[in-house]
Amino acid sequence: MNSAWRRIGHGLSVALLTLALFAGGALPPATAAEPVVSFETDAQRERYDRLLTEYRCLKCQNQDLAGSNAALAGDLRREIRSRVIEGADDATIDSYLVARYGDFVRYRPRFSGVTLVLWIGPFVLLAIGLGVGWVMARRGQRGAGDPIVSDEGEPASGAAMDEARRLLDQR
Amino acid sequence: MIARFLPLVVVLVIGGFLYAGLSRDPSIIPSPLIDKSAPVFSANRLVEPDAALATFDSQGMLGSVWLLNVWASWCGPCIAEHPQLIAFAAERDVPLVGLNYKDDPADARAWLARYGDPFDAIVSDVGGEVGLDFGVYGVPETFVIDAEGRVRYKHVGPLDRQALDELLLPAVDALAVPAS
Repeated sequence: MNSAWRRIGHGLSVALLTLALFAGGALPPATAAEPVVSFETDAQRERYDRLLTEYRCLKCQNQDLAGSNAALAGDLRREIRSRVIEGADDATIDSYLVARYGDFVRYRPRFSGVTLVLWIGPFVLLAIGLGVGWVMARRGQRGAGDPIVSDEGEPASGAAMDEARRLLDQR
Repeated sequence: MIARFLPLVVVLVIGGFLYAGLSRDPSIIPSPLIDKSAPVFSANRLVEPDAALATFDSQGMLGSVWLLNVWASWCGPCIAEHPQLIAFAAERDVPLVGLNYKDDPADARAWLARYGDPFDAIVSDVGGEVGLDFGVYGVPETFVIDAEGRVRYKHVGPLDRQALDELLLPAVDALAVPAS
């Protein structure tokens, strides 16, 4: 009895320890490696945090500036931070980044001639899909009222219908 | 009749785009600097020819076509690229300027002593500020800048002999006035 309780207690402490280790390991590595970024006001910090999610790290293309540990992302974070503190507006920061790295640096592409397909393409495809679906649905409806047709596309002959009735009656 | 082949046409069009996408390298991003003025900079030289020439000013290059090659001693592919830079310096009378990006100057000098120094001037960009202005995101990178100070071509990644012959040299030769 006593030893059973002890075993349960042992199991529990192991579980807790494992949990604690996992919780520690789950800390975002960026916050662990980066020095704490300081701002004068909370509004500045919020702008900074928001801006970091809107731009891509070009070294590791599927991460935003906030989540990347690449040196380049660190440099760009520093540039954005100093501009946020200086009070530069979003457009200034945006043109700073786009002038150096091109439209690709933005996660939300600008609406322009080059990106037109990107913005409208999905809606055009959706419209085509709905159109095709609508035409097919209409065709199906019309077909439902038509007389029974045989493989050759002609109305089933009287003999064939009689044969069919006979087969059905047999059951 | 047309409706019958429509699905085939749609599949072919989409397939065509996807197929074209296969052969494109997503890590190469077109530079927004092409055909625009190159960033103007003035920075310390890695190697000083004499005390009066401690800094390099990019505006001093106006009037000639030149190359800016971004490299570093910590960059592995730069070693593979280096023979092409040495060949370029031997084959063309076009100034080759190195941008030593985020590197320790002592390491950089040791690297040049080992692999050779084809550069006419080397800018020491320890903090990476000049590189940032040029939109450098992967080393090595090579910029071709014309006599008016505009970026005309950018090569991302190491130049192999084929890239040098087929891409960089034609870009340079299209701009450079043949030596008389």
